[in-house]
Amino acid sequence: MAIFTLNVNGKKQQVNVDPATPMLWVLREHLNLVGTKYGCGVAQCGACTIHLGDSAIRSCQLPVSAVGDKAVTTIEGLSENGDHPVQKAWIEHDVAQCGYCQTGQIMTAVALLKANPNATDTQIEAAMSGNICRCGTYVRIKEAVRAAASHQ
Amino acid sequence: MEKNKTAQNRRSFLKSSVLAGGGLLISFKLLSEFTFKGSSGTLDLPEQWNELTGYIKITADNIIKIYNPNPEFGQNVMTSLPMMVAEELGVDWQKVVVEMGPHDNVKLGPQFTGGSNSVRMYWKPLREAGAAARQMLIDSAAQGWGVPANEISTKAGVLYHEKSGKSGTYGSFASAAAALPIPKVVKLKDAKDFNVVRHSQKNVAGKNIVTGKPLFGMDYTQEGMLIAMIEHPRAFGMKLKSFDATETLKMPGITDVFSMKMYEEGYEQAGFDTRTFNDLLVVVGKTTWEVMNARKKLKVIWEPISETKETVAGFRGKNVVTIPAGLESTSTQLAQMAEYAKKPAQQLRKDGDSETAFKNAAQIIERTYTAPFLAHNCMEPMNFFAHVTDEKALLVGPHQAPGWIEPTISKILNLPADKIEIRIARMGGGFGLRAYGHFVTEAALISKKIKAPVKLVYSREDDMTYGIYRPMYTVTYRAALDTNKNLIAFHIKGGGIPEHAVHPNRFPAGAIDNYLAEGWAIPSNITIGAFRAPGSNFNGATEQAFLDELAEAMGKDPIDFRLELLQRAKEKPVGKNNEYDVDRYAGVLHLVKEKSGWNNPENKQYSRGVAAYFCHNSYAAHVIDMLKKDGQPYVERVISAIDCGIVVNPDAATNMVQGAVVDGIGNAMYGGLTHKDGVTEQNNFNRYRIIRMREAPRKIDVHFVENNIDPTGLGEPPFPPVFAAVANALYKSMGKRFYTQPFSKEL
Ligand code: FES
Ligand code: FES
Repeated sequence: MAIFTLNVNGKKQQVNVDPATPMLWVLREHLNLVGTKYGCGVAQCGACTIHLGDSAIRSCQLPVSAVGDKAVTTIEGLSENGDHPVQKAWIEHDVAQCGYCQTGQIMTAVALLKANPNATDTQIEAAMSGNICRCGTYVRIKEAVRAAASHQ
Repeated sequence: MEKNKTAQNRRSFLKSSVLAGGGLLISFKLLSEFTFKGSSGTLDLPEQWNELTGYIKITADNIIKIYNPNPEFGQNVMTSLPMMVAEELGVDWQKVVVEMGPHDNVKLGPQFTGGSNSVRMYWKPLREAGAAARQMLIDSAAQGWGVPANEISTKAGVLYHEKSGKSGTYGSFASAAAALPIPKVVKLKDAKDFNVVRHSQKNVAGKNIVTGKPLFGMDYTQEGMLIAMIEHPRAFGMKLKSFDATETLKMPGITDVFSMKMYEEGYEQAGFDTRTFNDLLVVVGKTTWEVMNARKKLKVIWEPISETKETVAGFRGKNVVTIPAGLESTSTQLAQMAEYAKKPAQQLRKDGDSETAFKNAAQIIERTYTAPFLAHNCMEPMNFFAHVTDEKALLVGPHQAPGWIEPTISKILNLPADKIEIRIARMGGGFGLRAYGHFVTEAALISKKIKAPVKLVYSREDDMTYGIYRPMYTVTYRAALDTNKNLIAFHIKGGGIPEHAVHPNRFPAGAIDNYLAEGWAIPSNITIGAFRAPGSNFNGATEQAFLDELAEAMGKDPIDFRLELLQRAKEKPVGKNNEYDVDRYAGVLHLVKEKSGWNNPENKQYSRGVAAYFCHNSYAAHVIDMLKKDGQPYVERVISAIDCGIVVNPDAATNMVQGAVVDGIGNAMYGGLTHKDGVTEQNNFNRYRIIRMREAPRKIDVHFVENNIDPTGLGEPPFPPVFAAVANALYKSMGKRFYTQPFSKEL
């Protein structure tokens, strides 16, 4: 066990956990930020995607000890009222079915558009193909990403 | 209103008759059987709420809350079911507050998500509930104002009496209305007057989803809650012999390790009481990560099972099922299936004399198809919260049918049903798996044993290797043609492990004079369960690929060929019990032909595959258009035509069909589990390939047949024909037929 001071969604937070604990579980079970989802635990599905600085990261593979003082952003910290342009595009295109994968999808999309506001379809596909949607909402995810890109 | 040809009328709780001059007269049975909380018709509710029926609450300041009665797993019933209430209640949809209802089969009906039934089974009761509430509000205003009820109109939650100029909100009459008797008869709106239903409304949970609110079972937590995980054998056909938990118990956060039986010897299982492994080796601790880690330190000895018999009381009566011993492998299963396919099988349907027809045939076409076990792979792995004490039980989690699991929980905990509270969480997918009970029962038993609130969590690996899979299937089709290339006989012989997928009364049964359907099965200890469009997902996949090949052999266009068969089935149907409606079936074929520009030379650039199917009361047809990139075929676009009757929420329905198309392409191309010595060889998404965005179609256009038939269901029907449309398009693209799923293995 060790104490870590994390910078999550702009707030300093302390946790006392095993240094190997993945950020996924630190967020979900120690900081009660459950918007970050467990889907596979092996970096295959993207349900656990968060931002470390500006990059999208699989939090199931990120030990808490590797975070340091870097800014961590989760879906809960993306916007005050769910009105980030990407969240708005998701609602506008009524993307979700079960919804379980969508927070991870959104976090990946936000990082993509930040790095590349004019992402082409091929670039969107490449960036988003690490995120599984078992309900098969890919067509709408792509439309929403496109729409958010054009609004930025 | 058009007459509804579905089976719903038979099952309805209600009596209905058509009013002279239009409209529907309903005599209430369902609602009048509702028990209100108080005894004498007066309500015993939190003061600020007035409950009008089990589905609706209205506050004095006119906040209208509608409960969604049915479990939500992504089919969007949270929106579409309350829309149906709002339609008849006459309120402003934008102002309605929607909440998930409690588990209460008396007040809220069957509460079962599956069989594409949600909208279909609630279509009448929910509209009746809305209409009854509206009528009660009108009656109470009539009393209050001293005017005749039939002079009162409503609009967007407000009551009006034009003559006197009086008006009042629903809220202001809610308490008075709640004391009135429920009307015996209500008139439902005519379809042409709908202004909520049939208009696309956004998902009411949309904002909660995109902001990551705790909606799912996995997200549930409460004070003092522990986490439990179960270590099950790596192989089917094995069970727990002994274990040593010394090292596990030394790990941080671990509070308990123990083994227990799920069901006692001789337990009579209900139809959805699944148990792949009856010995539960349970690790309990404070956090999921700690439990996951500590499990790795368990030293377990497994031993082979011997043949067992289980008594299962399912929908089709009581059955003794034999579970064979042994460690099964895919290679031996395939060999076994080939051998069984040659043996005599159970006759399921026979029209005419196919034996003679085949003997006299000028040409016989015979093809065999196979498909592997499939895992549901719900995005949210199985989980459930339980807090069981000597007096009562609280269960919270994602389940498709809480009413099915409650009797089991009552039995195993020895608690009366009214001491068991089940709260239904949003499900991160279900696909049939969440209709089963193992994870709920396990959670309840673990909580009872440790006397603490606990959340049972399956890891992805646990989830994928537990069983309850889509069965492994094979089928052989034979068609006999005469010298003029007329189809004179059709034979389907299907088998599977441990059941076959033959639906003997589906198309093309009814369209061919000599028809024979047979089925066989091989017992197995690999457990299976319902998977999106059970049976149909293989029956439709293969029959529609075979018809494509048949059309080609007969020199016919594949759509025209199907239409000819349907025409025959309409004019001179063969046999009895043909399940499908010829006109609706033909309707989706005509629509997909038109919308896809089937004969348009512009579309020559595509390798096009078509397929159609009927199941779960609705009709679907798809055209899949493939192109090639670097020599590899991919799906560029899909055009779908659907007849599911009235479409309650068109944009959400489109989403669901698009999802079914993607799911179908994904499973057809990549889905599959294999076994070696009982061990499932795929245990996570690095070995089980799930379709991803780059493999999904660029575009999926969905078209609905417009009619006024009561809704007939949508979650499953579009799924089966996708597999066949993929196979048929692949043939056009690659010049060879694909008989073995997943197709990507043969590319
Ligand atoms: S849970 Fe991290 S990628 Fe799946
Ligand atoms: S919406 Fe269900 S997994 Fe993506």
